[in-house]
Amino acid sequence: MSQCRKRCKRQLTKVARYFYRFLTGTLTQDSIEDDFELSTVCHRPEGLDKLQEQTKFTKKELKVLYRGFKNECPSGVVNEDTFKLIYSQFFPQGDSSTYAHFLFEAFDTNKNGSVSFEDFVTGLSIILRGSINDRLNWAFNLYDLNKDGCITKEEMMDIMKSIYDMMGKYTYPCMQEDAPREHVESFFQKMDRNNDGVVTIDEFIESCQKDENIMQSMQLFDNVI
Amino acid sequence: MAAGVAAWLPFARAAAIGWMPVAKCPMPIAPRDDKRQDELIILNVSGRRFQTWRTTLDRYPDTLLGSSEKEFFYNEETKEYFFDRDPDAFRSVLNFYRTGKLHYPRYECISAYDEELAFFGIIPEIIGDCCYEEYKDRKRENAERLMDDLEENKDCKLPDMSFRETMWRAFENPHTSTMALVFYYVTGFFIAVSVITNVVETVPCGATPTQKDMPCGERYMVAFFCMDTACVMVFTVEYLMRLFAAPSRYRFMRSVMSIIDVVAILPYYIGLVMTDNEDVSGAFVTLRVFRVFRIFKFSRHSQGLRILGYTLKSCASELGFLLFSLTMAIIIFATVMFYAEKGSSSSKFTSIPASFWYTIVTMTTLGYGDMVPKTIAGKIFGSICSLSGVLVIALPVPVIVSNFSRIYHQNQRADKRRAQKKSRMTRIRIAKKGSSNAYLQSKHNGLMNELLDLTGSEGDQLHLNKTCSLLESQHHHLLHCLEKTTAHEFVDEQIYEQNCLESALQSYPSRTPSISSQEGLTGTCCSRRTRKSLPLPNSSMPALHTLSHTQGLQELSTIHMHCPDPQTRVVSRSSLNMQANEVGRIHAKERQTTAAVISFQTNPSVTAEGDGHRSSNVRPSIQTTASSNIVKVSAL
Repeated sequence: MSQCRKRCKRQLTKVARYFYRFLTGTLTQDSIEDDFELSTVCHRPEGLDKLQEQTKFTKKELKVLYRGFKNECPSGVVNEDTFKLIYSQFFPQGDSSTYAHFLFEAFDTNKNGSVSFEDFVTGLSIILRGSINDRLNWAFNLYDLNKDGCITKEEMMDIMKSIYDMMGKYTYPCMQEDAPREHVESFFQKMDRNNDGVVTIDEFIESCQKDENIMQSMQLFDNVI
Repeated sequence: MAAGVAAWLPFARAAAIGWMPVAKCPMPIAPRDDKRQDELIILNVSGRRFQTWRTTLDRYPDTLLGSSEKEFFYNEETKEYFFDRDPDAFRSVLNFYRTGKLHYPRYECISAYDEELAFFGIIPEIIGDCCYEEYKDRKRENAERLMDDLEENKDCKLPDMSFRETMWRAFENPHTSTMALVFYYVTGFFIAVSVITNVVETVPCGATPTQKDMPCGERYMVAFFCMDTACVMVFTVEYLMRLFAAPSRYRFMRSVMSIIDVVAILPYYIGLVMTDNEDVSGAFVTLRVFRVFRIFKFSRHSQGLRILGYTLKSCASELGFLLFSLTMAIIIFATVMFYAEKGSSSSKFTSIPASFWYTIVTMTTLGYGDMVPKTIAGKIFGSICSLSGVLVIALPVPVIVSNFSRIYHQNQRADKRRAQKKSRMTRIRIAKKGSSNAYLQSKHNGLMNELLDLTGSEGDQLHLNKTCSLLESQHHHLLHCLEKTTAHEFVDEQIYEQNCLESALQSYPSRTPSISSQEGLTGTCCSRRTRKSLPLPNSSMPALHTLSHTQGLQELSTIHMHCPDPQTRVVSRSSLNMQANEVGRIHAKERQTTAAVISFQTNPSVTAEGDGHRSSNVRPSIQTTASSNIVKVSAL
């Protein structure tokens, strides 16, 4: 009852104020003015020297990376939507948003919903300047969606589907519905040594080290920057 | 901290000499100043060099220039900080450090300025008072424009909308479907009929010899009643449908339009319910007045009415002021006139409220003349009254007019943008296509290179060995990696359709004789539009043979629409082919529209004869547009 009365009183005061303003003719305030955009959360990265110690990049490379990073995200952090937008510019024919989501999860190590420049550079340092084992570890981390230490068939299916989505519709040969599934089957056949339905990190690294193609393609990242 | 007067800090510290003798306890230790000597910093912004002291920049440590973030932009060789930004906007940024006040230059575009501020880490709210108004106005206009764009984006059809949502969208935007348009016009028609009926009802029809002159309403009572019933039924149905479809029924019932709807149809129902009693019929007649509110239903149909209503709402305070000041003036002058005319005999000014009528008529310069002052004092005050009336009314009118003009122009701009939106989307789509075409083009040139390697012709090879920009080649390598991962390849839309056709054709081998008979036509019309590039990198001669067949079929399908030859109808098509036909038509249309907008179009027209060098001449110009689209992050 008191709540009702409070609400009534509030409404009455609002009406009275409206009539007062109506009679005396004060200028109405703009409503847009009131929502200030104080949402410019500006994040500054740590010093150049500190970053150079933490990662394996030279100062020059860090500068180049930072310039590109800041161009797209002047506030200093990337949120998931911007990340997806940037990534989709490279794949005009397909839909890269799912894969970009998985990438974002892998880069966002402290799980706060945004990727700062430090996260960005740390991830890149592992991929581009790390040893083969580091890279394989990072790839495993990407595939392991729930970060429980093993890749299940469902997780792999999601990843595979997201990769195939990036191809888009216009491919040769025509994209079949079960192409991702077949790919996942062959992947598990190769990787899952003890046939328990999941791939652990050791199985993964062991199988990758035995595969010539994978080893060779891992070396591709040596001169990306 | 008063950063603007940082240079005076040594003076303030020296002035503390007055406290030392009277202090009871020892002073705290002063901070050591072991920073290096103040030095000049060179800021190179896109070639224009700005110089300032380091301490100037250090005044605001939470911005880019004041923090260590600027080290990322330090160029070791030239010992300066290089920023690849707009030098004109940078001037205001640097002035902020120097003077402590941020100014907004009027010639600058608001979003570009905001981006610069965001880049340098400066919050726009600290803009000085001198430029604050202008900045806020421009920002508001920009926000309105963005909101308009957002609303238009919402118009695009969502894949799964419930029936209720579709209905609501149809009501709000009649242009979304034909049913909605029909409904819109029907309701408009009935509103007009209803209003005209109400008006004609009161006109005196011709007098018959038997009865006196009576209004049409009483003469043809049944006819008018029927028309009224029909209109009210349509309005009721419309209102109930809107109520059903509204996303928030409570909010809908509170909105102005729904109240008008209810007021428009209620008198009829009340009239039905009430009996033909003598006492209540007077009240019933009054209720009929409310039927005129139906005319306000037109505001859903007319944008001008809506603008007018919106203007009045936004000028409510000015109108209120007008009303209030008029009331004050009326009371003052009525009192004065009453007392001035009290003396004269047979004066019409019997009381102050009676003088109100005179004052209103005089102040609005109507001057009916039914009440005129007779005494000299009355005449003097009457003339003062009329002069002041003109002034009081003339003042708020320009404000209302300017408000109306602003809202009207805003609506004009929104309409123009809506019209341009279509061409904007086309341009965006073409840009996207351009980048994917660039990749296919380079892939194709790659295999042309291989072909020429086999044939060993040096001349053409030179043409094709274009220096791809590094970014382009890296991007293409990325796409190539994706292809290898999924064991599928990117192809052009036309080739994709063609492949689908091919796979469909495989099941209809009997068609080939009729196709070959039509091949004569292919040479004449539409051949230029439908040239194909080699689809497969591993294509050998036999593949080309089937290619020509399907090519002919494709061209046939395009001919099918341009020169409807009765002969072609003999070739009856399965549903799959019909669909490809439709798709082919769409493609031809698409190609036509895109050719109109861009002068050069990616021309994947290569035959084995080595048309390659012609298409490669087109390539550089395409690449520039493509590279400008995709170069965003420099790393990968």
